[in-house]
Amino acid sequence: MSDTVLLSYEKSVQGRGSEIIPALDVPAYHLPEKFVRRAAPALPQLAEIDVDRHYTELAHRAYGVNCGFYPLGSCTMKYNPAVNEAAAALPGFTGAHPLAPTHAVQGCRAVMDELARDLCDIAGMDAFTLQPAAGAHGELMGMLCVKAYHESRGDEKRVKMLVPDSAHGTNPASAAMAGFTVVNVPSRTDGCVDLDALSTLLGDDIAGMMMTNPNTLGLFEKDILKISRMVHASGGLMYYDGANLNAILGVARPGDMGFDVTHLNLHKTFSTPHGGGGPGSGPVGVKALLVPFLPKVASLGQESKLQMKAFNGNFAVMVRALTYLKALGGNNLRSVAEHAVLNANYLMKRLKAVGYTPAKDVPCMHEFVLSLEALKEEYGVSALDIAKSLIDHGMHPPTMYFPMIVHEALMFEPTETETRETLDHAAEVMATLLLEAHQNPEAMHSAPHNAVIGRPDEVKAARNPILRWKPEQ
Amino acid sequence: MSQYVPHTPAETQAMLAELGLVGIGELFADVPNSVKLTAPVPLPNGLSTLETMQAMEELANQNIRYHLTLRGAGSYDHFIPPLVKQITGKEEFVTAYTPYQAELSQGILQSIFEYQTMICELTGMDVSNAGVYDGATAAAESAVMCRERKRTVTLVSACAHPDTLAVMRTYCYGTGDELRMIPEKDGHTDLAALRAMLGDDVASVYIQQPNFYGILEDVSALFATAKAGGAKCILGANPMTLSVLPSGSEVGADIVCGDVQPFGLPMAFGGPSAGYMAATTAMQRKLPGRIVGQTTDAQGRRAFVLTLQAREQHIRREKASSNICSNQAHCALTASVYATYLGQKGIEAVANSCMAKAHAFAGMLTAIPGITLRHTGEFFHEFVTNLPIAPEKVEAALEAEGILSGLPVDGGMLWCVTEKAGKAQLLGVAELVKEACAK
Repeated sequence: MSDTVLLSYEKSVQGRGSEIIPALDVPAYHLPEKFVRRAAPALPQLAEIDVDRHYTELAHRAYGVNCGFYPLGSCTMKYNPAVNEAAAALPGFTGAHPLAPTHAVQGCRAVMDELARDLCDIAGMDAFTLQPAAGAHGELMGMLCVKAYHESRGDEKRVKMLVPDSAHGTNPASAAMAGFTVVNVPSRTDGCVDLDALSTLLGDDIAGMMMTNPNTLGLFEKDILKISRMVHASGGLMYYDGANLNAILGVARPGDMGFDVTHLNLHKTFSTPHGGGGPGSGPVGVKALLVPFLPKVASLGQESKLQMKAFNGNFAVMVRALTYLKALGGNNLRSVAEHAVLNANYLMKRLKAVGYTPAKDVPCMHEFVLSLEALKEEYGVSALDIAKSLIDHGMHPPTMYFPMIVHEALMFEPTETETRETLDHAAEVMATLLLEAHQNPEAMHSAPHNAVIGRPDEVKAARNPILRWKPEQ
Repeated sequence: MSQYVPHTPAETQAMLAELGLVGIGELFADVPNSVKLTAPVPLPNGLSTLETMQAMEELANQNIRYHLTLRGAGSYDHFIPPLVKQITGKEEFVTAYTPYQAELSQGILQSIFEYQTMICELTGMDVSNAGVYDGATAAAESAVMCRERKRTVTLVSACAHPDTLAVMRTYCYGTGDELRMIPEKDGHTDLAALRAMLGDDVASVYIQQPNFYGILEDVSALFATAKAGGAKCILGANPMTLSVLPSGSEVGADIVCGDVQPFGLPMAFGGPSAGYMAATTAMQRKLPGRIVGQTTDAQGRRAFVLTLQAREQHIRREKASSNICSNQAHCALTASVYATYLGQKGIEAVANSCMAKAHAFAGMLTAIPGITLRHTGEFFHEFVTNLPIAPEKVEAALEAEGILSGLPVDGGMLWCVTEKAGKAQLLGVAELVKEACAK
């Protein structure tokens, strides 16, 4: 593979291009001069074969779940079934106009109704809106629901949102966008929420608390019922960040743990592909007390207070998730969680056996975190060095430096769709890297050595931003 | 056992044994019994792949499939070339995560860099982010970018898409900022009203071009007025129009945003698509979401990375410019593939075709007694007509022939014509409308 692929703009040749539409069969229309663009946009001019090959080259320089192991913690990179894609591409769905008359889109409505019902059963909630486009978008919607709820009761002094220090970065960011002041809740040394600290923070200014369970260390918050009782007793609501739902699918439900509102990630738990950074879908489920604040489906300029997105949300992603649930079935839901947790514990045990140190040396749920602090101190090899070395072995690195409460963290989430052989191989590769770290630590600082590029200069990228191609470059 | 869990029962048992466990339920020892489900979740049992596909086909077949769509209003039925579907179906693009690991993700990162270049070229702006959820959220995030300590109010044209207004209002509800509507006058944003509304507290003015009624606004005049009042100028634009209509920079915009759906994405009941956001260099560090930049590796090779991350939630947490993580990368990719394939001339040809056919069709319709254009002014490929009968009657008459009519609005109809409609088809539609009106 060559070192660089020229940009499509650099491959452009004046006069090339493809004719995809027929010549005009009606008179051309000419706008008055003030509505006519002066300088034409310089879009690429390429032959069809060159467009095809350009993107084939780019695809070869990308890595998806279909390419190999992708244990990116907190991201649930499970296999994306082909049947999901086929269902989403059905012309009856792709050709549906979002503002078509209701009787003409009964199939779309049925998909949304069935998926929402399934999600209610899975999460233990009373209603779901499918409108949010992603997990963070769902968080914002959930936070706005909490705000609207307190306001509807005239309880306007509740301006603070509790967020554990191990939370995903989106939690505090979403709470802030909803106008809340974020209050951090510290974790105990065992990695779970510190109940004593929590009790001192509770009061009549608390709007609620955001939690992930299992948390970002891959640990189930055993005190969850106590926590939700405490927050409810102070008048706050409980928000469940569904990023880690895969661990408890069919085993336990946020609605039964005392959560009032939750978002789920269809692109994590429900097998829809991540697309290189979206589209995802972040449906929000609520208990009855919040139902009045959910957006209504598919009516233009609707009257509800909260509308997160134009039209109905990421419908094609919903089709994929429903397809997955139909194939999986209620009878197999629990098996997903069981094998996700089995794979994580198995891999953690194998990695521990070859000399790695889990951040918390207790059984985990669907993911676990290693701390490479000792390796860094003794040999100078960091979590980053190990992660980058994995690339040379054809594996996508785990999540790095998260959660922030663990130093030199590597967070592994194998998911249930990986075989034992894949986990064994990953453990062997990790063992090789540990040996290399001991014997030749210097070489690891410049890994990867076999990728299409070495480590990019990120400081230069941020200091002198080049954010687009220009002809004179 | 579903095909999505590959373990054989023997493997499951062997792996449990390695962990010193017997039953798989022991893995959930930390989950209190009081919250454990005692019965399976009541979903139907799993289906084979064949049955799954049949079940989904059955659902898809419950929708009416039109052979001609004359409805737009934010979701447009353009021709999607087979090459676009083939390229965007490549699994490496479909199944990758956000390109955190640059060394493994140069293909994704380069495609985003090319997307950003395309958006800059179309809008005439300096910088673009990697995309946001959709056009409506792009407008809401653009308004956030313009707020300063004393200037917090956003003025939005009442002629903007109702869903865009609703989403902007929702985002304002979160931050506690105020949204004020600039009234409509004959299908245009009322310039005199805008002038009267400007003041020390106004941060920005949002104008949609073409507006919801399809009418072309005099954006230059509106923005000159807004600027004189100290407000930033946000242009919401359908990218399909941008090769023909004046670019954002030509009308004095600080930010240009919109939805890339017309560029190769199916309507799909409204999503997914991607929102684009482009701005002046002065505002680049206020952009939300992912941005890809060019740099080099140690050997001096060109490399692409996610950059300017100091704005983002995973670094700044509650102080981030937005909570957004995803950039709808696959939709942005689709738009970029579409524009790369069609090229400069191809995009212009599609835009001109839409415009020509819409004007021809408007001529056919207004030749029918009782049908007139509702607004005076130029339009691109959407326009509103008054009708002598209830719009629902026209809708039903066309539906009987497999045609989705324009959208009923206030007793009239908002029509949209794209390059997919042939002249003969449009004449046929006009005939059907004429018959319906004569009944």
